[in-house]
Amino acid sequence: MDILFEFFSLQDPNIRYVLAGTILLGISAGALGCFAILRRRALVGDAVAHAILPGVCLAFIVAGGKDPFMLIAGAFVFGLLSMVTMDFITRNSRIAPDASIGMVLSVFFGLGVVLLTFIQSTGHIDQSGLDDFLFGQAASMIGDDVLVFGGLSLLILVIIVITFKELKLISFDPSFAQSIGYPVKRMEFLLALLMVMTITAGIQAVGVVLMASMLIIPAAAARYWTDSLRVMLLIAAGVGAFSGITGSFISYTAPAMPTGPWMVVSTAFIFFLSFLLAPGRGEIARYIQKKRLSYKVASENILKTLYAMEEEDGRTDRLRPLQELRKRRHLTKSRMKKVISTLLNKKLIAYYAGTPDGYVLTADGRREAKRLVRVHRLWEKYLNQHLQIAEDHVHDDAESMEHLITSEIEAELRKSLGSPELDPHLSKIPYDSEDDPEPKKGGSLP
Amino acid sequence: MKKNDTNITDSTTGQDLKSDPASTISPPIEVHDLTVAYDQKPVLWDIDFELPESSLTAVVGPNGAGKSTLVKAAMGLIASSSGYTLIYGKPLDKQRRNVAYVPQRETVDWDFPISVMDVVLMGRYPHLRLFQRPSRNDREVAMDALREMGMDGYHKRQISQLSGGQQQRVFLARALAQDASIYLMDEPLAGVDAATEDVIFKKLQELRSQKKTVVVVHHDLQSVPENFDLVMLLNLRMVACGPVASTFTDENLQKTYGGRLNILSQIIEQSRQQRFVRESES
Repeated sequence: MDILFEFFSLQDPNIRYVLAGTILLGISAGALGCFAILRRRALVGDAVAHAILPGVCLAFIVAGGKDPFMLIAGAFVFGLLSMVTMDFITRNSRIAPDASIGMVLSVFFGLGVVLLTFIQSTGHIDQSGLDDFLFGQAASMIGDDVLVFGGLSLLILVIIVITFKELKLISFDPSFAQSIGYPVKRMEFLLALLMVMTITAGIQAVGVVLMASMLIIPAAAARYWTDSLRVMLLIAAGVGAFSGITGSFISYTAPAMPTGPWMVVSTAFIFFLSFLLAPGRGEIARYIQKKRLSYKVASENILKTLYAMEEEDGRTDRLRPLQELRKRRHLTKSRMKKVISTLLNKKLIAYYAGTPDGYVLTADGRREAKRLVRVHRLWEKYLNQHLQIAEDHVHDDAESMEHLITSEIEAELRKSLGSPELDPHLSKIPYDSEDDPEPKKGGSLP
Repeated sequence: MKKNDTNITDSTTGQDLKSDPASTISPPIEVHDLTVAYDQKPVLWDIDFELPESSLTAVVGPNGAGKSTLVKAAMGLIASSSGYTLIYGKPLDKQRRNVAYVPQRETVDWDFPISVMDVVLMGRYPHLRLFQRPSRNDREVAMDALREMGMDGYHKRQISQLSGGQQQRVFLARALAQDASIYLMDEPLAGVDAATEDVIFKKLQELRSQKKTVVVVHHDLQSVPENFDLVMLLNLRMVACGPVASTFTDENLQKTYGGRLNILSQIIEQSRQQRFVRESES
């Protein structure tokens, strides 16, 4: 608890530097990453991140030590160089983009490792901490570093805010953008530049190996929660900031722990939560939706079965025992019980004791069953008549479509078919007659 | 030889259909000498045409005939080996605001996190400066465009919640919001429902009556005579171009879709196997 207080009181200037640096980085990488994943350029980010290592090493050799400006310059040059190389290979050879990305990533990174080994073998005094650029070590950030790297992050954010409208357009529909005379090539170059800047801003805190995940994971997590690009950017930036705080805190409490990897792990944790919990797109929500649909299908099938029995013997007052229903609908006992009790609650069917006891459709239930049978048969008729599908092939399709056909689609079907009397199997299509009771509210199934 | 044929056809077209005296000076759109090659293999060969005001033109031809390529190359979206487009006699780059392009629906990611309104507002971008945000007026124009396509009430929806036909209507609404004089549409009627088809055809008629020039890449030959004034029959080269009544003939269709290879097609086929280099390129 003390350590938590100590950390968040921000008394220690070192904590302030590290926090400011990692939060700014998380925000800018998260926001920019949204464009990277929406334009399907996430892997390019990974390649560029790895490819800046030789630039960083050369900057170290030239400057004779760690100089933030030199590092940025070196990273920048090699970041752009790697992008140009990937582009050149894809354009001028038959090699596919993924292969050229893979080649550039490994060759540049290999070169970087060679240079790193060379520097270490020269026994340079200031070499300690150079391998921090592989996995990042935010704890070694000092005031100047924060000013430079944080300033870079801030610049990226400002550019994103100013050019948001244009970035949105070229990410969504570049050919339309080109057709109205937008400088698409220049905008794409700007995005590439921003990506290199973001990765460069991350070399001290996260390192070249893991930097791509700071671009990709917060954006991927944010996509689960929203359908608006603006909100997606805000959430991704928030996830990035959160990971900055978490990473800094953990490496503060356990100094041997590297900041960068912990930032990545905490974004992955949030991604995992989003993957499970997000409303609509999350796995749990989708599972519930699926369950609900299969439940709806099972209930509607029971209504249909009762209606079919009525059609067969022409009796609407006869009780239908559970065994008979079970013979026609193969549901497990517990599921059947649940479905029946839902239908009873909705007053779509009624139960009467007697010998034998059984169920009967209520007026509302019959109305709903009729609707299902109607759309089933209309759909069969439509498939048969308009799509020339044989009578004996239309039933299975209609069996699943009947649960999805809305009243608007039904109206359109009736319009195009002219409310036919019979389906392709010559069964009568049941329409609502005038003397049917008005539907009560809440009568239909969810 | 064939090339001359084409030229004669479309120059007569130009004469016949020009109603506005101004357009005799410079037609809304003219494309000259357009040749496109992918990887040194020609996919479009020496296309020339000009189209009058108040006209609906269908571009038809078999799969792989270069219909989409024609529209894209005319818009300068893909590199062409030769050729240029003039809009009212001026270079296309000075007139882009005046030309609304509707790409094929499949070219964009319909799961992109963006609302219907945002997409239609993009049609207003040519009227805005770089980095300038759309105004209230732009939003009203976009809403009107949605209403015209029967899509009002959908403006807040995320685009992945739309059916194929609705997506197409949104794309057309974006073109309408651009308020252009010339419309180039790539397969706007592919895979849409009957209701959308009605809305689109009705809108095309309206655009014609507003003196617009509309070019539609189209796949359904049956609906050409009823809905279009002019037709371009395309199969790597321009087989014929002119009024539907005189151009949309069995003979021309046979030439466009028929299996027999004419001399030019054979040469093109030949050069596809070899390597094709234009003199002007070397």
